[in-house]
Amino acid sequence: MTIQEIIKPENKVHSRPRLLTDNITHYCPGCGHGVVHKLVAEVIDELGLEDRTIGVAPVGCAVFAYNYIDIDWVEAAHGRAPAVATAISRLEPENVVFTYQGDGDLAAIGTAETIHAANRGENIVIIFINNAIYGMTGGQMAPTTLLGQQTATTPYGRRADLNGYPIKISDMLAQLDGTCYVTRQAVFTAAAARKCKGAIKKAFQNALAKKGTSVVEVVSNCPSGWKLTPEKANEWLKEHMTAKYPLGDLKDL
Amino acid sequence: MEEIRLMKGNEAIAHAAIRFGMDGYFGYPITPQSEVLETLEEQMPWDTTGMVVLQAESEVAAINMVYGGAAAGKAVMTSSSSPGISLKMEGISYLAGAELPALIVNAMRGGPGLGTIQPSQADYFQATKGGGHGDYRLIVLSPATVQEMTDFVGLGMELAFKYRNPVMMLADGIVGQMMEKVVLPDFRPRRTEEEVREQCPWAACGKHGRKQRNVITSLEMEPEKMEANNIRFQEKYKAIEENEVRYSEFMTDDAEYLIVAFGSVARICQKAIEEMREQGVKVGLFRPITLWPFPTKQIAELGKKVKGILTVELNAGQMIEDVRLAVDGGVPVRHFGRMGGIVPNPGEIEEALKAHFMK
Amino acid sequence: MKEEIIIAGFGGQGVLSMGKILAYAGLMDDLEVTWMPAYGPEQRGGTANVTVILSDKPISSPVLDKYDTAVILNQQSLDKFESKVKPGGTLIYDPYGIHRAPTRTDINVIPVSAMDAVLELGNSKTYNMVLLGALLSARNLLSTDAVIRGLKKTLPERHHHLIPLNEQAIEKGRSLV
Repeated sequence: MTIQEIIKPENKVHSRPRLLTDNITHYCPGCGHGVVHKLVAEVIDELGLEDRTIGVAPVGCAVFAYNYIDIDWVEAAHGRAPAVATAISRLEPENVVFTYQGDGDLAAIGTAETIHAANRGENIVIIFINNAIYGMTGGQMAPTTLLGQQTATTPYGRRADLNGYPIKISDMLAQLDGTCYVTRQAVFTAAAARKCKGAIKKAFQNALAKKGTSVVEVVSNCPSGWKLTPEKANEWLKEHMTAKYPLGDLKDL
Repeated sequence: MEEIRLMKGNEAIAHAAIRFGMDGYFGYPITPQSEVLETLEEQMPWDTTGMVVLQAESEVAAINMVYGGAAAGKAVMTSSSSPGISLKMEGISYLAGAELPALIVNAMRGGPGLGTIQPSQADYFQATKGGGHGDYRLIVLSPATVQEMTDFVGLGMELAFKYRNPVMMLADGIVGQMMEKVVLPDFRPRRTEEEVREQCPWAACGKHGRKQRNVITSLEMEPEKMEANNIRFQEKYKAIEENEVRYSEFMTDDAEYLIVAFGSVARICQKAIEEMREQGVKVGLFRPITLWPFPTKQIAELGKKVKGILTVELNAGQMIEDVRLAVDGGVPVRHFGRMGGIVPNPGEIEEALKAHFMK
Repeated sequence: MKEEIIIAGFGGQGVLSMGKILAYAGLMDDLEVTWMPAYGPEQRGGTANVTVILSDKPISSPVLDKYDTAVILNQQSLDKFESKVKPGGTLIYDPYGIHRAPTRTDINVIPVSAMDAVLELGNSKTYNMVLLGALLSARNLLSTDAVIRGLKKTLPERHHHLIPLNEQAIEKGRSLV
C-alpha cells in the first residue's frame, strides 16, 4: 500500500478539528490541556457556534488558550474569568460564553467569582481543569493538591495541619441553585475523552437553552509538575486523583 | 428631552448613565456613593433601554465585569469609593493594558485604610500617577458640580472610546452627596449590535462572519512586542495630553495670587476668593478639570503673572507636586489642606492664603 | 437675592427633609439651589445638619462658615452655630429642649415654639414644617405655592394625601413669627 492510497479521504478516521488553529501549543508532552482544547473546538464546531462563542481564558497554563481555538477570546485577570464571562453573557445574551480555568484560577484566587457567578446562575459554561498543581508557575501546591502530594511548596508532601485539605469545589458548586449541570470528567483514556466531549457538548447545549451555569471539571494530569512520564502520570491520576475526585455527574437538571 | 431636576451627584450619575445609552453598570455598595447603584436599581433601565445593572459580589468582581463588557465593545461603567477603588486597581491596570474603554467613578472618602466616609481628595496620586501596576495613564475628570457629575458620564465614555482607554471620574463625598439643579441630557438609544461591531472592530463579541478572531489581552510574552505595546500606549497618552486638557478659571486676569484647587474644593475656594475680592485682595482661581492630562502649560503661564500660588486640597499635598512641576520654581507654591474627612470652610482658606503670602 | 441657611438638630427631627423641601421650592421659583448635608451615621440619631443656599446667581461653595439664617432644633446645634450667623442675620430656634438661650444681640433671634404647635395640631411629624413656615415668614422667602410644589416633588406619590396637613403646619409656623 502506498502513502497515496493510505491518505485517500475514504480512509480518514480522524482529523484535526477545523477550529483548532495552526499554532503549536506550548503544553508539555502528555498534558491533558491539548485534548480538552480539541474537545471544546469540536463541540463549538459541531454546534455551529463558531460565530457566536466567546471564550474567557484564565491565568495559568491555559493562559494562551486564545492562540489555539479560532473564536473570539478575552484574557481575564487571574481568577476573574467568571466575572468577565458574567458581563459578556449578560450584555451579549445571544452569544455563548465559556470560561476555561485551572484549579488555582478557579478554586483559589477566583473562588469568590466562581461561586457567585454560579450562584447567580449566569448562563455560562465553566471548563475546569483540575490537575492538582500550579503548572505554569513551576509546580507549586494547588487548592486541589492531594494530601501527601509533593509540590514545589509542599516539598515533603501536603499536610492537612500545615496546608489544609484538597478542596472539592465542584461538589460545592453542585449545591448552588444557580448551577444546572455539574460533572467531573477525565481525558486520560480515549473512552474517558469521548465521555468528556459529551459532557462539554451538554454544557454548551445548556447555555443555548439558557438553563444556567454548567460546570465541567476535567480531572487531568501534569507530567512536568508531578515529575512523572506521561504514562506514569496517567496511572497516578487513575489511582490517586479519581479516588479523591470520583468521576461522574454531580448534578444534571 | 432635556430635563431640569434637583438631585444628588450620585443620583445624577445613574440618570446620566441611562440617558447616555450605557450598556452596563456593575457595582458594589460603599458609602458615600451607594446611591448610584440604588438609583439604577430603582430606575430599572433593563426594562426601558436594556441597560444591564448588576450588584457584584465584590469590587474586584465588578471591575472585571466591566473588563468583560468593555472587551465585548460595550459602554460599561462602575463606581465606588476609595477603599473599593483600591480593590479595583487590578482590573483598571488590565483595562489600560488591554486598551479597553470604561468609566470608573471614585467618590473619594478619607483614608488610608478603612478611613472615614467623609469627603476627601487623598486618591489624587492613585488616580493620576498609577495606582495599579504598569506604565499606564487614566484620563481623570474632576467634577465640581452635580451638573458636571452628569456631563462627565457622557464625556468620560466618549473619551474612553475615542482613545480606547479607561477614564476615571474623580469625585468626592461632597459632590456625590450634595443636591443641586441639574439639566439631564436627552435619552440616547444604546448602540445596536451592528453598530458595536462596526464602531469597535476590535471587540470580542463573537466573530459573526469576521475572518480573524478578536482577542482581548494585556499579555505579551515577548519583551520586544511588549515594549512596542508600551510605546504605542505612550504615543496615545501624548495625544491625550495634547488634545484633552480641560480647566476653568475665575478672576485670574488681574490676579496677584492664585489658588489652584480641583473638584468641590475649588468651589469653596471660589467663595473665599469672592470674599477676599470684596476686601480688595486680588486672588484668582484655577481649577484643573482634567487632573490627567494636567493643565501644566496653563499653570506655567499663570505662574509667570502671580506672586504666589496656594493649592488647596483635601489631602496632605498631592496635586501641589504637579503645580510645582508646572511652574518649575518660578513662583512660590504653598499648600493648604485638611485631611481625614474634614472639609475646610472659605474662612480657613482665606486665612491660609494670607498667612502664606501676606504676612 | 441670596440666602445662606443652616438647619441643624437631631437626626430624625426632619432636618434634612426640611432642607430638601426648601431646596425644591427654590427650584420651583427658578432659583439656583444647593443642599449639602452632613452625611453619615448622624442621620440615624446623632446631630444632623444641612446647608441650603438659595440664590438668583450661580452658587460657588456649598460649604459655608457664615450663614444668613440658622434654624436650630437642639442645644448642641445652637452652641455650634450661634456664633456663625452673620451680623444682622437671623436665628430661629425652638425653645423646647434649649436650656441656654441665644445671647447674641447683633442678630435677629426668633424663638418659635414649634413643639407646642405640633402638639396642638396633633401630628408630631409635621414638626419640621412648622419651622419651615416660620423660616419662610421670618425671611420672606419663596411663595407658598412654590413650597407646595416642592413638597409634591419631595414626597412620594403615596404620601401626597398628607400635603394639606403639611400646608396647615407651614401656615401655623408662619403665624408664629
